[in-house]
Amino acid sequence: MKKYKLTYKPFGESAILIEWPSEIDIAIMEDIVSFEKLIAKEQKVLDTIIAYNSLTIVYKKWDNYSRYYKYKNLYDRTVEKLKELYLKEREVKSNNSHKIWEIPVCYDLCFGLDLEELAIQKKLSVEEIIQLHSEATYSIYFIGFQPGFLYLGGLHEKLHTPRRSTPRLRVEKGTLGIGGVQTGVYPQNSAGGWNLIGKSPVQFFEVSKSNPCFAKAGDQIRFVPIDLESYNKIDEEVKKGNYKPKFSKS
Amino acid sequence: MIKVLNAGIYCSVQDLGRLGMAKIGVPRAGAMDQFSAKMGNILLKNGQKDAVIEITFGQGRFEFTSDTFICITGGDFSPKVNTFPVKLNKVYPVKKDDFLSFGRRKYGARSYLCVQGGIQSEVILKSRSFYGGITKQRLLKGDELSIPKAKLYPEGFSKVKVFYEHYENNQLDCYPGAEYNLLTNKQKQGFQKLFTISGDNNRMGYRLEEAVQNDLPSILTSSVLPGTIQLTPSGKLIVLMRDAQVTGGYPRVLQLTDYAISRLSQKLTGEQIRFVLH
Repeated sequence: MKKYKLTYKPFGESAILIEWPSEIDIAIMEDIVSFEKLIAKEQKVLDTIIAYNSLTIVYKKWDNYSRYYKYKNLYDRTVEKLKELYLKEREVKSNNSHKIWEIPVCYDLCFGLDLEELAIQKKLSVEEIIQLHSEATYSIYFIGFQPGFLYLGGLHEKLHTPRRSTPRLRVEKGTLGIGGVQTGVYPQNSAGGWNLIGKSPVQFFEVSKSNPCFAKAGDQIRFVPIDLESYNKIDEEVKKGNYKPKFSKS
Repeated sequence: MIKVLNAGIYCSVQDLGRLGMAKIGVPRAGAMDQFSAKMGNILLKNGQKDAVIEITFGQGRFEFTSDTFICITGGDFSPKVNTFPVKLNKVYPVKKDDFLSFGRRKYGARSYLCVQGGIQSEVILKSRSFYGGITKQRLLKGDELSIPKAKLYPEGFSKVKVFYEHYENNQLDCYPGAEYNLLTNKQKQGFQKLFTISGDNNRMGYRLEEAVQNDLPSILTSSVLPGTIQLTPSGKLIVLMRDAQVTGGYPRVLQLTDYAISRLSQKLTGEQIRFVLH
């Protein structure tokens, strides 16, 4: 696995921000995901936050108020340990196998409120848009913005579309949209400015489960077109708690 | 049990928040003024992580349906048990059928109702802290919260003096944020002035009125924490608070200390603050 030149910065009193080169790149994401796993295994951490080119490690508070020098010393020591770990990881054989989730999506116009407008804008047919969107495999870079909101990479260039100038006040949970170079599913009802193209019955965040979000950074996603009838069927299964998202291994 | 008779402007149950799930986008949440919430728990000889009721801008009214000991900390909104005024930072026994109410504001923005053993609302994803989408958003009139059976309170009733500096001092200690060093010296000097808290302030963040000169591009979406101060394209600052999302795309110029978040959470719209960089 390629090694990157990382920068380490203190992030407040008890966290460290580790940064990779500032670009959206699958190899960087994989490096971040495997480094995060290793740190969580080797060190006592309270929380970790993964993003496109950064990893934040939250530790137990080092210092109460601003006894800065003591804090500085602990920070330096922790960074040294992280640097050692990053090198150590080089020897660990990276485990590249990850899940490819198959997410059923109904691209019916009753959900894809912006499909027709998008087709006119792109000089494509609605069917072509659906095909371009559903034939790609998307990588999950990280989860942020809302619980269970996946940042996906891999949207076909032809589908890149700026956000709507006026956001909708309410977008229903499960709705699939396109915003800029990104595509994704709204995990909860919320306001939203993306162009809506379909809806999935799958729940991306379920508080009742010990693992509330089935997907994780490093996994992949495929959107599988389904008709309205199958949508309703799966939706019922989801509501009964009988539905488990399907996946294959890469 | 504690019955909510009037949920005032905004009341929620909070502990020290949800940790370990930022990777799947779960915000930390937790009491805004953790300094005060912890103090109440310490005085009651509770665990520091026990849940308390956060009462924003007073007005709440509660009924106790069983005996317990309480301690009110944080902002002073003239709390009374029945008709009897109670002091802040002091443990009192309350009996079944007693009422607790809040009145005129003396100082601060958020009060904490701490009870012996902590509020026993449902633990969801390892925390009792309310956060819309994970738990209910806020307490509503008619809600009932269980509390543990009262235990004998060990020897005498503890109290501590109110730390007025927490409310009156407008200096907020902070460290440089991840993008601070991209600023020019002139831009950095812009952070030395007084900033005014805008009306747009809540558990997620406080927007500030004054702008600083900004020509930084936005960043690739990266992590943010409670206390992260973001510089928006207009030059205005947003101080992220306890309910902040886990990621954001604005440059992170400063990072408040945990104590400074608590201090800021007791300030109101129109109050002025100053950042003290370490």
